[in-house]
Amino acid sequence: MAPAQRTIEVRFGEQLTRGGQIARSAFTSGPAIAWVTVLLLLPMVGILVTSVLSRGPYGEIAPVLTTDNYKRLLGFGLLGFDPQYPIIIARSLLLAAGTTVVCLLAGFPLAFFISSLPGRAKQVALTLVVIPFWTNLLIRTYAWQLLLGPDGWLAEAASALGLVDEGSPLYPGTFAVYLGMLCAYLPFLVLPLYTSVEKIDWAIAEAASDLGADGPRVFLHAILPQVMPGMVAGMILVFIPATGQFVIPDLLGGAKTVMLGNAIQQQYGASRDWPFGAAITLVGMVVVLGGLLVQQRVARKSGQPAGEGML
Amino acid sequence: MRRASLPLWLTSAALYVFLYAPIVVVIVYSFNAARHGGPWRGFTWRWYATLLDNQDKLSAARNTLVLGGASTAVSTLLGTGLGYGLSRYDFPGKRLFSFLMYIPVVIPDIVMAVAMLMFYSLVRQWLGLFELGMTTMVLAHVTFQIPFVAIVVRSRMVGMDPAIEEAAHDLGASSLQTFLHVTLPMILPAVVAGGMLAFTLSLDDFVVSFFTTGPGASTLPILIYASVKRGITPDINALSSLIILISVIGTVLPMFLQRSPKPRGES
Amino acid sequence: MSATTTDPPADRAEPRRSLAGAPLAIEVEGLTRRFADYTALDAVDVTIREGEFFSLLGPSGCGKTTLLRIIGGLDHADAGVVRIGGQDVRGIPAHKRPVNTVFQSYALFPHLSVRDNVAFGLRMKRVPEPDRGRRVERALELVQIGALAGRKPAQLSGGQKQRVALARALVNEPKVLLLDEPLGALDLKLRKELQVELLSLQRRLGITFVFVTHDQEEALVMSDRVAVMRAGTIEQLGEVHQLYERPRNRFVGQFLGSVNLLEGTVQASSPEELALASPVGTLRAVRRPGDPGATGKLTLAIRPEKVRLLPDFGKGENRFECLVEQVIYTGNASHYHLRCGQQRLTAEAMNDAPAVRGLQPGQRVAVELPPASLIVLED
Repeated sequence: MAPAQRTIEVRFGEQLTRGGQIARSAFTSGPAIAWVTVLLLLPMVGILVTSVLSRGPYGEIAPVLTTDNYKRLLGFGLLGFDPQYPIIIARSLLLAAGTTVVCLLAGFPLAFFISSLPGRAKQVALTLVVIPFWTNLLIRTYAWQLLLGPDGWLAEAASALGLVDEGSPLYPGTFAVYLGMLCAYLPFLVLPLYTSVEKIDWAIAEAASDLGADGPRVFLHAILPQVMPGMVAGMILVFIPATGQFVIPDLLGGAKTVMLGNAIQQQYGASRDWPFGAAITLVGMVVVLGGLLVQQRVARKSGQPAGEGML
Repeated sequence: MRRASLPLWLTSAALYVFLYAPIVVVIVYSFNAARHGGPWRGFTWRWYATLLDNQDKLSAARNTLVLGGASTAVSTLLGTGLGYGLSRYDFPGKRLFSFLMYIPVVIPDIVMAVAMLMFYSLVRQWLGLFELGMTTMVLAHVTFQIPFVAIVVRSRMVGMDPAIEEAAHDLGASSLQTFLHVTLPMILPAVVAGGMLAFTLSLDDFVVSFFTTGPGASTLPILIYASVKRGITPDINALSSLIILISVIGTVLPMFLQRSPKPRGES
Repeated sequence: MSATTTDPPADRAEPRRSLAGAPLAIEVEGLTRRFADYTALDAVDVTIREGEFFSLLGPSGCGKTTLLRIIGGLDHADAGVVRIGGQDVRGIPAHKRPVNTVFQSYALFPHLSVRDNVAFGLRMKRVPEPDRGRRVERALELVQIGALAGRKPAQLSGGQKQRVALARALVNEPKVLLLDEPLGALDLKLRKELQVELLSLQRRLGITFVFVTHDQEEALVMSDRVAVMRAGTIEQLGEVHQLYERPRNRFVGQFLGSVNLLEGTVQASSPEELALASPVGTLRAVRRPGDPGATGKLTLAIRPEKVRLLPDFGKGENRFECLVEQVIYTGNASHYHLRCGQQRLTAEAMNDAPAVRGLQPGQRVAVELPPASLIVLED
């Protein structure tokens, strides 16, 4: 018996040795993997390293190890306790969380609605959600300046209702930022959520109400568990990018709504403090990896391959 | 799910209106004859006409298209390879790399932008290359386009009846022949769809471009941002409307392409 | 005890065809294939002769398709040897093997026309024109789809796709054609038509066919020899009538047609016969070479059509009385469900036999089990 028997595998009609498969992978997937690793993943490690270095006198990166940057993030600046950055971090996380909640509140009805439509209409409704998703975020965001401007009818309606002073715009401000975020991220949540909603086995909900459960309990015990994978996928797709959102707070928020994204931009732009900027960025990276791991865990529990449902 | 109730209809309609409000308002205002924005003063094509004279805008448009075209070409090639390779072959560490490949999909633009900046500054220190400009933008765009193309191609591969490739081999085709004569023709619609998605992504990008751009390499989104910061002018609305139009086409077209050739193997 | 005049036809039946002595097209020795949680093939040995119509028959999961795919090079084995035309094909990839496969899902190339599908194999091996064109035309004619040559697979019906798949494989003139349940997706009428066509095609071309199916009737109609498989092993291999008349065990007996089972204990035995104490009384059975040993507990089997219903209640060997519980009319014959004390039996008889005229449920009938028709089972 030739020992080669054990190391040869046949896949999709091709006979490949273990080494052959690795060679094929290198040839096909290799370039892409190498590209992303070199241009993104390694630099992300670089960010980690930079965050513990110091800023030199001319704004360059000095190879002096320090934890000052992190201390600053936690509020212990050079001149005593300065809550500026912890506040920024907290505000960004809060905004991301708030956006996620708002998107959930809006996304569930939308997902159920689309799911209730007959075949063709369903595709059309989905496409209608997808189109804004692919339209330039910058344009959609500045458009809110138009919509919320002092002569826009939204502002006029609000002042008529006595919510704001006559002739003042509805932006910049937290309300405007939330509107912009919801508009930007709603499709991110609806699409994966819809995938799960489509697969709901309504018989379970019917059985639950047969057994005497009322509306909210039916939702909690019979429906929610079924949509969990899509819901979590959507929540992560919203939360992670929202944490580092820079354009929306920049255009619709004011000086009072500085977020992580704005702070990072400052450090890489005007302030030229790359190590500190790296530290701030690291917070964003931690959120990314954390979110992805949560996604993996949930996907594996429900038996779906991780990430496949994302697009 | 059975038919939706009235409140659900109303809520959903409101949400759709909400989603499209910004798009509609930009398009509407692009025809507004009012000079400095503000309330409606009559219908005009004027702002679209001025676009053609504006050197800055034309050069930004050119940059945007070149950027989109170059990055799409590279990312489609690499992304197709990745999608194909992941669906067909196994290698040590495959799990880990598949996971890592999703990072560009969810990562906040700004984190990616910072990472690219870091990469370029490092290379610049050691090799003197990569002054910020078109090249750096292209490389950055390719980086976030690759996973999207890979996802589209991979799901097409996974949906294909494996017996078809087996049949090709059974009939005497070598691996290369199978790929050229059978696999590639069958996944071509997905490759094209992936490419169009990549192009749209490039067109839409602002943050990454903003961080990795250099003198003379302004793109349309960068131009728009600078203008908006100074105050919205009507010609920006006209420009934005055109971009919206292209995005819509770029979104809807791949869907049509992916729909027609759909024989998922014989039953 | 003398042999009765009702010797079962099996002993004197002519085999369908005898290909004994023909060179070996395929030899499989000790083939094993393991998956993560079960063993698909367990040290399987089988030899297939040139020019033979050989079937692998068994329920789903028995390993028949796995065996076929390994022969074709579409799957690998964990141990064992496969020889095609005497040559060890381990390490030889599918595209270099002199075999072609007809897939269950047809696997036609959707982007190519019928003609280009059929020409594919020849194109890959760089067969030049005009040879290529000529062979393609001949193959199309062979399966009678010349008129559809320009169409794409999406425009064809199931039966038409199957013919294209056949032509596509045969045009390469393989030494062996492997067919993986090719008729499974077709409706009954079409299936029967194509069974006959496939058989006559095979006879005409003289190519060795290895045919996988779970339909026992299909295997019986078309095959020279059949291997009945279960759970990764071959339970019995032989010519069709042999398997039917002399199944080795319950599984084979029940898989090919139906069978009555009589369990009991051996009371006496000699090299030629044995006596079994069964629920219906003592039965004498004829023993044949190769039969299992005659001691202790044993099961005898008898096919329903061999169970004799007699017109009178006289005494005799292997004779007893039964109650008719049900009569099921099937046109030219009827099935009689009988209860004989603790034992249930099914008999089948032609409707014009005198003994069964007017036989109704509730009546009693005399039953005889001819000793030579009783099969000694291994389990």
